[in-house]
Amino acid sequence: MKKVEAIVQPFKTEEVKEALKAIGIDGMTVTEVRGHGRQKGHKEVYRGQEYTVDLLPKVKFELIVPDSRLEEVLSTLTAAARTGKIGDGKIFVSDIGDAIRIRNGDRGESAL
Amino acid sequence: MNVRALALSLAAILPAAAFAQATAPTAAPTLEQRLTAVEAAAKSAQSAGDNAWMLVSAALVLMMTGPGLALFYGGLVRRKNVLSTIMHSFVLMAVVTMLWAVVGYSLAFGEGMSFIGDLRYLFLNGVGSAPNADYAATIPQGTFMVYQLMFAIITPALISGAYAERMKFSGMLIFTIIWMFLVYFPMAHMVWGKGGLLNAFTGGKFPCFDFAGGTVVHITSGVSALVCALYLKKRIGYPHEPIRPHSIVISVIGACLLWVGWFGFNAGSALAASSLATSAFIATHFAAASAALAWMFAEWAQHGKPSILGAISGAVAGLVAITPASGFVQPMPAILIGIAAGLVCYFMATAVKRLFGYDDSLDAFGVHGAGGTLGALLTGVFATNAINDGLKDAAGKALPLGLVDGHGIQILYQLIGVAISWAVAIVGTLIALKIADVLTGVRVSPEAEREGLDLSQHGEEGYLFET
Repeated sequence: MKKVEAIVQPFKTEEVKEALKAIGIDGMTVTEVRGHGRQKGHKEVYRGQEYTVDLLPKVKFELIVPDSRLEEVLSTLTAAARTGKIGDGKIFVSDIGDAIRIRNGDRGESAL
Repeated sequence: MNVRALALSLAAILPAAAFAQATAPTAAPTLEQRLTAVEAAAKSAQSAGDNAWMLVSAALVLMMTGPGLALFYGGLVRRKNVLSTIMHSFVLMAVVTMLWAVVGYSLAFGEGMSFIGDLRYLFLNGVGSAPNADYAATIPQGTFMVYQLMFAIITPALISGAYAERMKFSGMLIFTIIWMFLVYFPMAHMVWGKGGLLNAFTGGKFPCFDFAGGTVVHITSGVSALVCALYLKKRIGYPHEPIRPHSIVISVIGACLLWVGWFGFNAGSALAASSLATSAFIATHFAAASAALAWMFAEWAQHGKPSILGAISGAVAGLVAITPASGFVQPMPAILIGIAAGLVCYFMATAVKRLFGYDDSLDAFGVHGAGGTLGALLTGVFATNAINDGLKDAAGKALPLGLVDGHGIQILYQLIGVAISWAVAIVGTLIALKIADVLTGVRVSPEAEREGLDLSQHGEEGYLFET
């Protein structure tokens, strides 16, 4: 099992969600987050006082997928979230030790 | 005779008259009697109309402080200070009312000496349904008193824009109470009180035109704001940490309420439902509109984007500058005054503030001090007896008012009024701050400031969306 964390542009949220649904990924956790990578912040001006806002709003998708589906999920995510401009975000993949369905105690991939 | 007394006497007469007619017809009323009755009815009708407008105006001016100014300022601070900032305006609605009822009205409008009124209206003694012809001959003095109270409320509330986010609540109360006695009551008396030094309409030594409070309200509050900002010093983190308005939406609502309330402030200052009120209404509206555009375009040109905060700040600046002029100027000069105010206040609240480095949190000085000064001086330029014929010579001919009437010396009188307002505000504010500082302190601790004034001063939070 792998954990896929995708940090994407907020306006791509719906597109990414629909693309994942289309390939049969039902479970996901979505959070509004702030942060920055290479993308520079933007400038805001209040009565002549300029502020650089460098923590930008993003949306983070977290999903746990079986190893067999990883590449498919990654390519779907990348395609759906990409605009080609700086600020499109990043995807991180990590190993998951176990998963438990709280309702009935299922373990491992069958809990996904 | 006021309206109620008239109605009562009519009620008493009518049944008797009907009875008399039914039994033994008496002689028809003479022409003189009928004329007297018509005169009384006309007077009562005018009083009813004027009183209705003045009570509405009083309510409009109160609305400028709460919720108008409370929201305008409340939106401009950080989230952790929204309640404390709103409270500055709100609590003064109550505090100043108490002062006014006990002694404030008397000190401002009692006929005393040039600088301050006497105690004839202590505890509002004698202030009732009879008009006071020195000020407004067609409305009850009670109406005049409560209308003027609303001006006394908003003036110290305006200063809170400079000390927002760092002043101790107890110190703020003490400061404001002393400030009212040292600055507001004397200035209101000098400019509007009978026998006041600057009152153009009751033979003041320096006849200064201030229709609705350019000197009394805006210069005093704006200049006092600057003194507060300098005395209290900068907020922690200013200007290198981002200190951004937490909700410009709230500020827009506040600014719009101020704009509407200002019709009561300026058009109400005609003290009657008269054509002068109409003219002041129009001048007020035009100046707000032109100033909003001036500030917006200036910022657009300089920073590349037209900001909402800029547009509403401009509107308020225009309203401030037209205040002293509103009952003296034609519509086109009102537009010019608005444009000048938008540009000058933009410059003051941005470039000048940055240059000198003082932390006038919400630009109370940049908008009210600068706009009030500009408006007071331009009143001397554009005031005309085509709008206001309140000053007449012995033959009953309207006297020339400002430069456009060929009375250039008026600009000097306006300058004297401005200078006295600045001086009274600076000295009075320093004394009031010093006393408050000794008694309770005027600035919160650094920890309390970091935590936010809502929690540290009031034990509340403005927004609890989870609950």
